[in-house]
Amino acid sequence: MPDGTFLDATELVLNMGPQHPSTHGVLRVILKLDGEKVIGTECVIGYLHRGVEKIAENRTYPQFAPYVDRMDYVAAVSNGLGYCLAVEKLLGVEVPPRAQAIRVILTELNRIASHLIWLGTHALDVGAITPLFYCMREREEILNIFEKYCGARLTTHAFRIGGLQYETYDTFESDVRAFCDMFLPKVDEYEELLTGNRIWIGRLRNVGILNAEDCKAYGVTGPLLRAAGVKWDLRKAQPYSGYEQYDFEIPTGTRGDSYDRYLVRIQEMRQSVRIIRQALDGLPGGPIMGKVPKVIKPPVGEVYVSIEAPKGELGYYIVSDGSTQPYRVRVRPPSFVNLQALDKMCRGALVADVVVVIGTIDIVLGEVDR
Amino acid sequence: MLNLLRKIFLLDLIQGLWVTFRYQQPKYIYTEQYPAQRPKIAERFRGAPRLNINPETGETLCIACNLCALACPENLIVVGSERDEKTKRKVLTTFTYDISRCMFCGLCEDACPVDALELTQDFELASYSREGAIWDRQMLEEGPRPTKYAW
Repeated sequence: MPDGTFLDATELVLNMGPQHPSTHGVLRVILKLDGEKVIGTECVIGYLHRGVEKIAENRTYPQFAPYVDRMDYVAAVSNGLGYCLAVEKLLGVEVPPRAQAIRVILTELNRIASHLIWLGTHALDVGAITPLFYCMREREEILNIFEKYCGARLTTHAFRIGGLQYETYDTFESDVRAFCDMFLPKVDEYEELLTGNRIWIGRLRNVGILNAEDCKAYGVTGPLLRAAGVKWDLRKAQPYSGYEQYDFEIPTGTRGDSYDRYLVRIQEMRQSVRIIRQALDGLPGGPIMGKVPKVIKPPVGEVYVSIEAPKGELGYYIVSDGSTQPYRVRVRPPSFVNLQALDKMCRGALVADVVVVIGTIDIVLGEVDR
Repeated sequence: MLNLLRKIFLLDLIQGLWVTFRYQQPKYIYTEQYPAQRPKIAERFRGAPRLNINPETGETLCIACNLCALACPENLIVVGSERDEKTKRKVLTTFTYDISRCMFCGLCEDACPVDALELTQDFELASYSREGAIWDRQMLEEGPRPTKYAW
């Protein structure tokens, strides 16, 4: 909010949310308006705060794993991967190659699912209703694979510390391959609907511009940073879980506006399919669980591990005091950090553009508030 | 010039409309007529808990080791046991499982050394009271019972 509490006669303070459908959950934005023009915004968060980091201090390491799924609930598998990698680093446990490859397949499937939700809801906010149904239809196939693999669709709890609990089911490979073959033409279909559409371009082009310097200053990561032209993807920059074996490209944009972010995410879905196919081709055999002690008691120390979640850099900072329970778990959620840039992106825009900007950041309030 | 023509003849919009037009007669209908048509539940689905019994003898498989209660993040399992004086072994007496607090993570199922506790494919867990969501040993072994009324 800009300085000064006195308002000019033309200025107006307007509450948007927390029940507004296009704030993607329970985000409350206080808008300061000059007519239709936004001259300042302030986010009020915490409506979905559950104290996940505090819960961690009262749970053992394996017991906390289901809770991380409930932060970014549209990309639960990525959250689980980040947490498991952090505890494995703390323990010094090696994950078998088969488990790593299956983890990559599932997280990339989850990336597609998360981007599909984003695309559908973002298009819905802007006024294109059709893509939502198409996106949900394809996401359903991914959720079916998750359900068959680990027994849950959304809050999957698919990974355990040290590897995997479940071996792949019989038709896993053919299911994932069938999904990949089915999915690529569908992405073309979304592009047919949206990429050339003049209303879509008119609403997104040059809206919510955030250049590379601003991205770095705000700590913004993920598709927002890549749309600004920075080739930064943790899967390439600090490979984890065997990502260095796979050949894929980092899609980048040039202008850093909402339309570029849309193109970047569409390309990312295609790249994810490419990674999944490579991982399936080279799926090694062998055990799926590393040598993990029965009672997980990491040595005294601290660790920070970050992964490339669908929304950006997801980091886990875990402090261990040598007991079975973590002393402190701090999560660096991508949505929370990216949301900071909302004010910068909205200033000078119109009220209708605020909806576009909130959509383009791709926030999940479960992760913002934790 | 070409761009201008595309703009005049609304080609971008027609392209989008053509996509939706192609789905005039969808091959797959995803809507499920739920109570009449039952969903296909995956084999590994984590739903209502069940305490398995030995089908031949009718005795419980549970050895009252308490590992599931220790594994549970929400501490919602309570295992009651007493020591049998003759065989010097622990015998299960009571078992309560509060499904209102359960998040179906499957850690109890993984912890069970004898596969006695299992999360089944049953997903209809509604009950008329909060107490109804606390399942006792009989309910866990036989499955949920529909509420019966006097009339």
